[in-house]
Formats: sequence, C-alpha cells, structure tokens
Amino acid sequence: MTDTTQAEATEAPQFYLEEEHHPEGSTMLGFWLYLMSDCLIFAVLFATHGVLGRNYAAGPSPADLFDLSLVAINTAMLLFSSITYGFAMLQMERNAKMETIFWLGVTAVFGLAFLGIELYEFYHLILEGAGPTRSAFLSSFFTLVGTHGLHVTFGIIWIVTMMVQVKMHGLIPENRRRLMCLSMFWHFLDVIWIGVFSFVYLIGAIG
Amino acid sequence: MSPQPHSLTHEDASQAHHGHSHGHVAGHGSLKSYLIGFALSVILTAIPFGLVMSGVLDSKMMTAVLVMGLGAIQIVVHMVFFLHMNPRSEGGWTMMALIFTLIIVGIALAGSLWVMHHLNVNMMPMTHEMMKNMP
Repeated sequence: MTDTTQAEATEAPQFYLEEEHHPEGSTMLGFWLYLMSDCLIFAVLFATHGVLGRNYAAGPSPADLFDLSLVAINTAMLLFSSITYGFAMLQMERNAKMETIFWLGVTAVFGLAFLGIELYEFYHLILEGAGPTRSAFLSSFFTLVGTHGLHVTFGIIWIVTMMVQVKMHGLIPENRRRLMCLSMFWHFLDVIWIGVFSFVYLIGAIG
Repeated sequence: MSPQPHSLTHEDASQAHHGHSHGHVAGHGSLKSYLIGFALSVILTAIPFGLVMSGVLDSKMMTAVLVMGLGAIQIVVHMVFFLHMNPRSEGGWTMMALIFTLIIVGIALAGSLWVMHHLNVNMMPMTHEMMKNMP
C-alpha cells in the first residue's frame, strides 16, 4: 500500500519534467501568442473604424483629406524596413556582428522615415481642423493609425536597444532570441499596416 | 526523490535549448525567399494603389473588393515569406494560435459591422435639428 503510493509520488514529477523538455524553447511561441493578442487589439480598432468610418458629422470625408501618394510613400518605407530587417536576420545567421548592426540601423532609419511622414500627415490634418475631435470617423482614424504608429515607435526603440546589445555583447544566444522576437514584431507591424492602408486609406478614398 | 535525475534533465534541457537556438524557429528564410516575398508584396501594394489613384475601374464596388482581396493575399505573403509561418513550426501551435485568432477577429469584425448596421437601420430617422438639440 505505502509502496504503491510512493511509486506514484516519484513518478508524478517525471510527468511534468517531460513537458519542460519541450525541445524548441517556448519563447517564440509565447511571443507569437502576445502578437496574436495584439492582433485582437487591432481587430477591435478596425471594427470600430468599420462602424464609425462613415460618420463624418458634416465634416471632411476621407476623399477630401487623404493624400494617397503620401500614404504610398509611407507604405514603401515600411516595406523597405521589412526587407532590411530580413537582411539583418540573414547576417545574424552568418554570425556577422557589424553587418547585423548595420542592417538594423537601416531598418530603424526606414522606421523613423515612416513615423516622420505619419506625424507630418497628422500635423496637417489637425492644422486643417480635421483633428480627432472633429468627427467619429476622425476619432477612430486617429486611434487606429495612432496605435499602429505607437507600436512602430516602440519597435524603433527596441531596434536601437538591440543595436547597443549586439554591439556590447555580440551575437550571443540571448541576443539572437531577442532579435528573433523583434523580427516577428516588426513583420507583424507591416502585416497590420497592410490592413490599414487597404481598409482605411484606399477603401476610404474610394468612398 | 533523488535530486540527481532532476538536475540532469535540466542540464539536458538547457543544452537542447542552446543547440536549438540556431534553427528551430519556423526555419529562417533564405535571401531568395526574402526577395521573392519583397517582390510579391511590392506588386501587391502597387496594384491596389494604382487602381484607386487612377480610378481605372468604373465600379467602386469592384475596386473595393479587389483592394481587400489583394490586401488579404499580401497578408498571406508576409506571413509565409517574412514571418515564416508554416504548419510545422513549434509543433503546430503557432498555426493553432493563428487560426484561433483569425476566428475571433472574424467574429469581432463581422459581428460589429452586422449588429451596428442593423442598429442604424432600425434607428428612428433623425434630422439635423434634432441632433443639435440632443443632450
């Protein structure tokens, strides 16, 4: 009787150790789950814009406001930053420290260009009296695009942090893991931007 | 409860972790796959912008459907070529999480639009005057 309970007691922990043995390391999966929850935030903001996007309150409509060539340039900036981050990851695979830092820097510059253009656009909208308080459409527009811009801002801070980290400690496993997470974050932001330019800007401009 | 096997497995785990720190995440892309993804997304971005900015199509509905369709395709391209999604990464769990998220996103988007549309339709018509006098 006591023998069997003891046997069970010793076997039970082994069951849990088995799980810890997960060969892949779970950071990437955990980060992916974070991105999915982030995706839900954006889904809610997209839904809000979908509902409120046509309530202009006798104010300006997207066709009056949006400068599509500016949005096209912005999209190009984010797309370029995606491919240059890919180059940084390829250099990381080759163990080339300085090249990795270089491509991270290029990515950060493209990210900053994107942010600069977006802030310029916001500034002009507010100057024209089309600020977030003008109508429900503009409230939801500023919330959605602003949240994306905030993510890009934090992404750039993260990129700069990683440049310093790689410079100081080299391409150690910890930094590789962080760069991999940042890669997912950065490409994910580009995916969200596809939704923004299609659904908010282009569909909005069609009217 | 001997501590030995415990510490041993831990060591194994950490070793396995370091050994895998190279190639485990969904397989990294090659230069070729990044460039293919980039070329595809440039094309898939240029077409909708061209469609809307030039206004070649007479039907607004058709243009909107094309824009959303091409956007959806581009999202898949980014997922495959940049995020390296495939059904095998992390033992299929990333794909599971993605599918679950897509279902929730679908419900949230379609549900909101559907409900709010009906709410608008069933609202009493309101004139501008009434709107101004609202509390």
